[in-house]
Amino acid sequence: MARAVTSRRKLVNTTVAWAIGLLIFFPILWTILTSFKTEAQAIASPPIFLGFDWTLENYSVVLERSNYGRFLWNSILIAGGSTILGLIVAVPAAWSMAFVPSKRTKDILLWMLSTKMLPAVGVLYPIYLLFIKLGLLDSRAGLVIVMMLINLPIIVWMLYTYFREIPVEILEAARMDGATLKEEVLYILTPMAIPGIASTMLLNFILAWNEAFWTLNLTAVNAAPLTAFIASYSSPEGLFFAKLSAASTMAIAPILILGWFSQKQLVRGLTFGAVK
Amino acid sequence: MATKASRSAARIMMAPAVILLLGWMLVPLIMTLWFSFRTYLPLRGGDQGWTGFDNYVRFVTSSAFWPAVQTTLVIVLGVLIITVALGVLLSMLLDQPMWGQGVVRILVIAPFFVMPTVSALVWKNMFMDPVNGVFAHLWRFFGAEPVSWLSDASLPSIIMIVSWQWLPFATLILLTAIQSLDSEQLEAAEMDGAPHLKRFWFIVLPHLSRAITIVILIQTIFLLAIFAEIFVTTGGAFGTRTLSYLIYQRVLESQNIGLGSAGGVYAIILANIVAIFLMRIVGKNLDN
Amino acid sequence: MGQIQLKQVTKSFGETQVIPPLDLTIHDGEFTVFVGPSGCGKSTLLRLIAGLEDITTGHIEIDGTDATDLVPAKRGLAMVFQSYALYPHMSVRKNIAFPLRMAKMEQAEIDQRVNAAAEVLNLADYIDRRPGQLSGGQRQRVAIGRAIVREPSAFLFDEPLSNLDAALRVGMRMEISELHKKLETTMIYVTHDQVEAMTMADKIVVLQAGVIEQVGSPLELYRTPRNKFVAGFIGSPKMNFIEGEEAAKHNAHTIGFRPEHIDVVESGGMWQGTVGVAEHLGSDTFFHIHNTGLGETMTVRAIGDVSLKHGDTIHLSPRVEEVHKFNAEGLRIE
Repeated sequence: MARAVTSRRKLVNTTVAWAIGLLIFFPILWTILTSFKTEAQAIASPPIFLGFDWTLENYSVVLERSNYGRFLWNSILIAGGSTILGLIVAVPAAWSMAFVPSKRTKDILLWMLSTKMLPAVGVLYPIYLLFIKLGLLDSRAGLVIVMMLINLPIIVWMLYTYFREIPVEILEAARMDGATLKEEVLYILTPMAIPGIASTMLLNFILAWNEAFWTLNLTAVNAAPLTAFIASYSSPEGLFFAKLSAASTMAIAPILILGWFSQKQLVRGLTFGAVK
Repeated sequence: MATKASRSAARIMMAPAVILLLGWMLVPLIMTLWFSFRTYLPLRGGDQGWTGFDNYVRFVTSSAFWPAVQTTLVIVLGVLIITVALGVLLSMLLDQPMWGQGVVRILVIAPFFVMPTVSALVWKNMFMDPVNGVFAHLWRFFGAEPVSWLSDASLPSIIMIVSWQWLPFATLILLTAIQSLDSEQLEAAEMDGAPHLKRFWFIVLPHLSRAITIVILIQTIFLLAIFAEIFVTTGGAFGTRTLSYLIYQRVLESQNIGLGSAGGVYAIILANIVAIFLMRIVGKNLDN
Repeated sequence: MGQIQLKQVTKSFGETQVIPPLDLTIHDGEFTVFVGPSGCGKSTLLRLIAGLEDITTGHIEIDGTDATDLVPAKRGLAMVFQSYALYPHMSVRKNIAFPLRMAKMEQAEIDQRVNAAAEVLNLADYIDRRPGQLSGGQRQRVAIGRAIVREPSAFLFDEPLSNLDAALRVGMRMEISELHKKLETTMIYVTHDQVEAMTMADKIVVLQAGVIEQVGSPLELYRTPRNKFVAGFIGSPKMNFIEGEEAAKHNAHTIGFRPEHIDVVESGGMWQGTVGVAEHLGSDTFFHIHNTGLGETMTVRAIGDVSLKHGDTIHLSPRVEEVHKFNAEGLRIE
């Protein structure tokens, strides 16, 4: 039965939903707007919503002052590197669990998940100590490894749920057609799994980009990514609203855009396939 | 399902992931356990040998422990109640027909993608600053005295910041769950004469119960570990020191590794209790 | 060539043995159908022959050489799957060419063979489409095309028609039969549908719980089923079984009459009963008859449109020369 929704009801829904949506989005919007204000206008009372002199000055100041480029580059390297490394390890593992399941597959999957639940603070010092011993403290390589490890369970899980949707018969057909294991993975599985792999990469990239425990505690100068860059604005620079906003906007803009593309996959990734 | 050849290949392909995670789990865990039974002060004499369960006892008897437990509970419960309640309402609203649904969805989800340090700083300075923050302006506009949020109402402020970050997560998952509700079920209930509220109570809510449980469990695990939001805003002052933050301070600020490690073991046990319930649900889901 | 021999083959999944020791020979060029109710092990048997599952004990020989430990690709067999298992990201042409590409065949040879297969199967018009853009029947033909280009020593079909609608199924049945006549290659075909088995097979293998109940030509199975199971499984509608006094008259524990071997007569007859449901197909009428005093509901086929309705009394005269007799163990007595 197609119910005729009265346009009045639809109008009410629309109004309420947009109001709430804008309210939730407001802090982000406000940050973006403030980043284009002068410092004086940023703290003007009453606040100016749109009628200010738009300026890009804050961006150039932030870029000059804090070597934003290096933080950005670190964020990209750490998020990107850990994602690629994670995929290299996770694709074969997820393949074998999805297509050659054994009695222990379920236990292994759940165990992998349980490592994700380990509170970081509980193992902070050992990792810190190991990093010093191995000379990894404040190194990008060290953070790439840590990010890879903390997100590996999610990567394996997401890939596993995507792979499971590929019918086994297709892989068997390839086997009957004379494909070796390598050819089967290369010509059949990978092309079919590309959408799933892409969204797994996207989610993992976002999670690694926003991670703010290990990045704050294991870096100082060299390997510090954008999370640390922003944390350094805590004070007293934080009182310069316009510059804080410009720095914040630059830190979140790339990921906000990526995030909007990945909202559907997000649910699957974050609930380990328990909600679809 | 398969042949011997593919089974041994599978084992080899699984090995790197399993070995890496096993190492990542066991090595630090064993080290933490080891340290927790020793007096270890890197800046004041280093490793001074075994102390038995002293660290465990000291950690729970310290004057900071119970307040930290209380703070943790208040934050976790506060955020859970807010995000789940608002999440249910919001997801039901977003499920209704409206204009620009996709855009509203994007607006609602956005906070989830903001890195924790950014959201903490933006809230702290631009909204909760007692002089120039948006809230101060609002309060003054209504003739009220601006509040020093992060010192006078520190816990509600933190709860609010964290809820803002996690509401999108709850909404998104509950929305996905609502959309899988068979509309014929609701229509059948309507035919059976159930009014709106009854339909919500007897059909929508039970349908959502699994998703709600998952939201609660996953959020709990992450909320027990929130760090950046406190690190950037109050640094643990004004009664916002959670259990994890307390451990962090013991380890990195006062450099009492033994004591911090004992706290870490408590945190691990706590997280595992929650994790077991989550595993059960996820595991059941794997069977079908 | 395409002779396949199973010698004392068994298959266990963990503790459960799904196929007890089994011997079977499939001769070169034969169209063999494995038929049985679902879960009878027929698909498992096919997958053992294909090499997609390891056999637990025993040997499989293909053309006289031991293939027990060969990987699927090396057995020279081609398989058509129930879900067609087409590669969704490849065009029809690439799907058909895939096995040849895997065999590292030269491009010119591949093109020639693919075109030939497309010609035979009427696929030329869709050759550059993706499987997603094809109808069920067309997909089925692509799957067959992918199998025939390899010129395998035998074809394996795993319930290939079960995803098609009834009308298409009849058409594809004919096409596969014709293909077999044309290629004269061994084919092994798995189905749960005894009509498919009867219409296509040179040889039917009836399976139940992993055990071969009978092997024979369709008419052999129809005329002389070795036991009650085969008698009940082959033939549609199902054979009527009668026990007790009536069976004792024939010195048997159970007797069976096929619905087409019981005539509806105006009056008299050996048995009578009340019409329950009457299915009027036009060419035939099937009566389900209650209250015959012979046990279960009886099914009878009458030629043409016989105008008896629900509740009418019906008189029946079985053709005694067509009786099937079984002993207490369910085995046929001659």
